[in-house]
Parts: sequence; C-alpha cells; structure tokens
Amino acid sequence: MNFDFNDEQKMLQKGARDFFEKECPKALVRQMAADEKGNPPELWKKMAQLGWLGLIYPEQYGGGAGTMIDLVALEEEMGRACLPGAFFSTVLLGGLFILNAGSEEQKKDLLTKIGKGETILTLALTESTGSYEASAVETTAVAEKDDFVINGTKLYIPDAHIADYIICVARTKKGAKAEEGLTAFLVDRKSAGITCTLLKTIAGDKLCEVVFNKVKVSKKNIVGKLDQAWEPLEKTLQQVTVARCAEMVGGAQKVLEMSADHTKQRIVFDRPLGSFPVIQHYIANMVIDIDGSRFLTYEAAWRLSEGLSCAKEIAMAKAWTSEAYRRVTANGHEIYGGIGFTVESDMHLYFRRAKAAEVTLGDANYQRKVLAKELRK
Amino acid sequence: MDFKEYSIGEFDTEEQKKFRQEVREWINKNMDPRLSTTAEERGLPPDTDSDMTRAFGRKLAAKGWLVPEWPKEFGGAGLTAEQRYIINQEVAARNIELPGHWGNFQGGVPGPTMMKFATEEQKKEWLPKIAAGALFSLGYTEPNAGTDLASLQMRAVSDGDDYIINGQKMFSSGVDKADYHWLLVRTNPNVPKHKGISLLVADLKSSGVTIKEMHTISGMATHEIFYDNVRVPKKNRIGPEDGGWGITREALSIERASVGSSPWAPKIVEELIKYAKETMHNGKPLYDDPLVEQSLAQLAIEVNILRLFSHRINWMVDSGMNPAWTGAESKIWEAETSQRVANQGMQILGMSCQLEPGSKWAPINGRVELGYRETVVRTFGGGSDEMMRSVIATVSMGLPREPQMTMPVKK
Repeated sequence: MNFDFNDEQKMLQKGARDFFEKECPKALVRQMAADEKGNPPELWKKMAQLGWLGLIYPEQYGGGAGTMIDLVALEEEMGRACLPGAFFSTVLLGGLFILNAGSEEQKKDLLTKIGKGETILTLALTESTGSYEASAVETTAVAEKDDFVINGTKLYIPDAHIADYIICVARTKKGAKAEEGLTAFLVDRKSAGITCTLLKTIAGDKLCEVVFNKVKVSKKNIVGKLDQAWEPLEKTLQQVTVARCAEMVGGAQKVLEMSADHTKQRIVFDRPLGSFPVIQHYIANMVIDIDGSRFLTYEAAWRLSEGLSCAKEIAMAKAWTSEAYRRVTANGHEIYGGIGFTVESDMHLYFRRAKAAEVTLGDANYQRKVLAKELRK
Repeated sequence: MDFKEYSIGEFDTEEQKKFRQEVREWINKNMDPRLSTTAEERGLPPDTDSDMTRAFGRKLAAKGWLVPEWPKEFGGAGLTAEQRYIINQEVAARNIELPGHWGNFQGGVPGPTMMKFATEEQKKEWLPKIAAGALFSLGYTEPNAGTDLASLQMRAVSDGDDYIINGQKMFSSGVDKADYHWLLVRTNPNVPKHKGISLLVADLKSSGVTIKEMHTISGMATHEIFYDNVRVPKKNRIGPEDGGWGITREALSIERASVGSSPWAPKIVEELIKYAKETMHNGKPLYDDPLVEQSLAQLAIEVNILRLFSHRINWMVDSGMNPAWTGAESKIWEAETSQRVANQGMQILGMSCQLEPGSKWAPINGRVELGYRETVVRTFGGGSDEMMRSVIATVSMGLPREPQMTMPVKK
C-alpha cells in the first residue's frame, strides 16, 4: 500500500508547479477567459516541448508512455494553476479516443501531431440534454456512396471553434440498446455545413454549439468500428473523468492553501482570523473534503492503470469530488469575505471552475446513479 | 502508488497466500464456531465482551498473534506488517470484534505508548503482559474533565516508593473486565494544568478501588471508578513525574488512529443495500426509488473514504511516518459517517426502523436501531469532533491556536 507518487512523479509535479507559476500567471488565466480563442499559443508550444501534450501516449506515437498516475500528478498542477486552453479537449477527449479506437494510421498521424502541439482536436458527444449517456445522441449519419452525411446539433463541445478536427459521435443504426449503432467520425472543422457558435460560460471554458447540416464525411474517416463507438467512448470517458477529478483536487488544494494563509494574515478583533475555532473548523472540513477526493481519485487512477475493474471507483471519485470541490470553494469565499467577492481576488476563478467541473462528465447525482447500478449487481 | 491492501486476498503474493491459508486453518481450529453466529442471532453487534471472544483472544495471544509484529522477546510473533494485516483481515472476516485494546493487533494504546516512552525495565515487565492479553482500561475522563482533559483532578501524592491516589474517573469502558487502569493523575497542583499530570498503570485489584456501573443509551455499560487512598508503586509511572501530558497527546493520537477503522458502518451499508434490493414497495424493489438509490450510493462512497483514511494511517505508520493529525481526520470521519449511515438507514427502513434488536419484525436484526443509539457517542467520545477539527487546522495547516484564558486548577 502506498498513497504517494513515486520519485519521478514528484519531479513531474514540482516541475509542473514551477512551470505554471511562471508561465501561467493568473493574469493570463483572466485574459484567456475573455479571449475568443482561449488557448495561449506560447504556453501550448512550451507544454509540447516539455512532452506533456503527449505524456500519456505510447512511444511509437511520439508520446511519453506515461501512466494514469503520471497524468494525475500533472493534472493536479493544472487545476492549481487554473490552466486555460485545449488540453482537455485535445489531449484527453480527442486524443484518448483516437488512442482507444483509432487505426494505426490515425494514431500515428494525430497523436504525434497532438504531442507536438500542431493539432487541436475535440470530441462532440453531448447534445441538448448535456447527458453523456448513449441515449442522448440524436445526431444521425447516413451512408451515401463513399461518404456518410451527418445531421444534428452538438452542444457543450469544448474548443470546437479552434479545432482542426471534431470527432463527431452520430447514430448510424437504431440498435436494440442505445449503446448500439453509434459511430465516431473524424470531421474536418472547415467542412461545408458545419456552423460553430461559441457560448459564454461561468468559468470562461470555450464551449460551443456545433451544428452539422448535411456534412459529408468520407467512410475512411470513421474512427474505430462502424456502429461500435460506445465501448472505446466509455473507456475514454473513464480516463478523462479521472483526469478531471485530479484537476479538481489540485484546484481545491490551492483554495485550501490560499484560505489558510488568509486566516493567518487577516486580523479581526485583535486576533488572527485563524485562531477562531469556527474558522479552524471550516479549514478542517476543507482538508477532509480534499483528502477524500484525493484518495478516491488516486485509487481510481491506480485501478485504471493496473487494468482492474474501476467503474465503481471512478463513479465514486467523480460523485464525491464534484461536490467536495464546490464546498471547498464556498468555504474559501466565506473565509475571504468581501475581498473574495471582487474580481481582483483569485478565489472566484476556482469557484467558477468548481461548478463547471462539477457538471462536466456527469454530476454527482448522475455518478451516484451509475454507482448504485454497480452496487446492485 | 498502490492500493493493493484494499481488497482481501485479491493481490496476495504466493507467500502471502500461504500465510493467509495458515491463518484460516488456525482460526478454524481455534475459534468457537458459535462466535460468528451468536451476535447475528441475537441481533446484537459482534459482542466485544463475551467470554467466548475473550477466550479466542487469549488463544491468539498464546500464538503471539495479538501483537504479530512485536519481537518474540516481548511476546509477539516477529511477523511483518503485511502479515499483521492478513491476521487482522481474517479475524474481522469472521465477524469477531476483539475488545478495544486487542483489536488493533498492535497492543492497543498502552503497547505503542510504552514502546516509545517506557524504560527498558518497564518494557520487559509490561510488554509481555500486553502480548499475553492483559486488558487495560483507559482512565482519562472525570466528572469535570472531558474534552478539556487537562483539567483532571484525581490526585496522586508521593509517599515513599508509592503514590497515594484519591479521586474519581468515569466512562472507563471495559474497566470491569480489565486488569489494569491506564491512569492520568495530578501529581502537582501548583503549576499550569498541563504541567502537573503524570501517567500511571494501576492494578485494578488494588484495595480502595470501587467500580460502579453507568448505563448508556446504547445498552452497553460503562463505568465510574472511585480511588480511595489507593497505593500505586512509582515504578508503574510511564515517563517523568509531571510529564504525562505530552505522552498522553501521543497516546490519544494512537487511539484516534485505531478508532477510524471500525467495520460497523461498511457492514451496515452492505446490509441496507441487500434490504433495499429484497424489500418490495408499491410492487417494486425499494432500490428502484431514486432517493433510496442516491442515499445508498452516497453512503457507499462515505464508507469507502473511511476505509481509505484508515489504510492511509496504516501506510504512514508502516513507513515510519507520524500519522499526527490524520488520526483526528479519520476519527471525525468514522464518527460522522457512522451517524449518517445510522440515520439514513433509519430513513430507508421507515416505520420498522424503531424496532429494537430481538423484537418481532425488526429489520436487519435491529442493528440499525441499535447503531442509531450507539453512534451518538462517537462524535464526542475519544476527543470531540470540535477539538479534532481544531487539531487538523492547527497541525496540518498551521493555523494559530485559540488564545487560552488560564484559570487556576481547583484544589
């Protein structure tokens, strides 16, 4: 039993913390929240040079052959830094789906390019309901000679507006179960018939509405097998969910540290704020919330990298961390008081991200439903 | 990172498999088979005080397995931490919960505390007794010293080679069956209250000791103990005179670390899941009710966090780290999760939740009803959760302590 990162992971963690402190100051985070594109090109290039964009891909695709636990170490630092940009859409959602489902040629081409920072990719799964379940996919793709023609509206698609390719999940067959008959297509974003509208979001995440109006895609651009996209999709979502949990843990940890510092500096009634038990108890609750989130996430990541069953553990991690991160930021705001309510404070950056992360990839209610199903077996 | 210890047997090496098999066979041979079933039949939690449990504990002791990791010279079996886990897991799997100071397989509170603070002579005298199954009861709380333990007033006055003890302790659980009292006394009333406390081991058979039962809402008895001019030899003092407080803080953190691993809550969650699957409501399993489903899933997460917290402490201890405030974290979590499990369980059971163990129609043998009463104590027993939260904030995050208003100790 070991709850800690190994030496290499600790080095990665420290390297990433130093790097983001220098290269991703909160001024940049704010700038990117307001920016139309939202992916800082310099930072993206440097992350590629450090090997982080390809960290989790195998060596034969130019990657670093990192494990889920390596990714967790890196993601915690990203969460701490409020890193803006396309890591989530490109490296995780898009890249991992290619890795899990793509042909050798697709993997070689796309993963190598992602690792070098040359391609932006995203996955278009969710639609108007915002649900990640297969039953939510109503977009259709109909075969027409050597092509498929896609029709439908995808919603909450991260970074679609700057993506080179969108992996669009569409219904190609009506199966007995919703999970059957889904196919993933690699679509050039500049294809005729695609309209992309950027939405305004609480955390400045670049989520888009993507309308597919008779968009033609060559059959060669199917990723994985016809009608059988669900299995690799599910695996991708599991991996991405663990990574997102780690990002939340990192953000929550930073909020805790900021809050604890504040209670030591701030003097009220002639005493440091932190000497009041009621404030100490807020801090303790934050510690407990974060430790629970952290260990659930670590265990899920470990099981995932060992190839063990992990549906239960991942649902637990996301259900718990979603709510814990929100509670931690609420405590942080209470401790900061009025100053945390101003835009100059960093507290709201985390508060906003916590809510966005909570609802992304299935909120706590959804994850508990998944878990309850597993527990019933 | 690895979480192999998490699951029984799943990740055993060949060597560990062999050892586990050996432990199972030994338990089969030495355990009274009624031990696993009686508690269940009577609708009571595993009976920690029954004679059968104690007889089994003594057999473990004879084998050196009450303290498997201790060297043989102190009565242990010289085994590894992994082997201790296996013994612990296999005993717990039979639904046997050994009395408090036996149950952590590390000598309870007195064992590790003596390992650290006792003289070599004392270790030679006491550790083998602990390994052989001597039972200790913790003598901390007094009528006017609970959460603020350092206010304790039981007096120890020096008289030659002895101390003469006068005063009262209360909530000393298990003291009626115990051999020794792990006793905090005031040796100096003329200094600030933390600086005049000493730690003694008192033989409960000494003359002048009177034990009186106190009845609690869980149905379990606890005790108050009166000391009337009781002689305790000075050689039974652990640590320096007036230096008991620092040792006690460590002892309390050892105690908290072991509290957090109670198997009660996870077992009840399992039972509730089974109940919700099997019980029909409006023609459908109760489990189909989305509120029940959400509640059960949430409880399953909370008990899983409990398990992870307790594994983390074991990992820290085994790798030579000081678990410090993590014991407080684990203790809070165990207490509050148990209360939530009990309360949510009662809600899921509905009308029938009020039926006591042994009653006709009592679901899950009334264990949830009993637990609902029993868990009340957990958020303040063994250090109140409020104190624990302040420990976490000040120790783990370095928050300043609350300023003390010092009041003189009453003489």
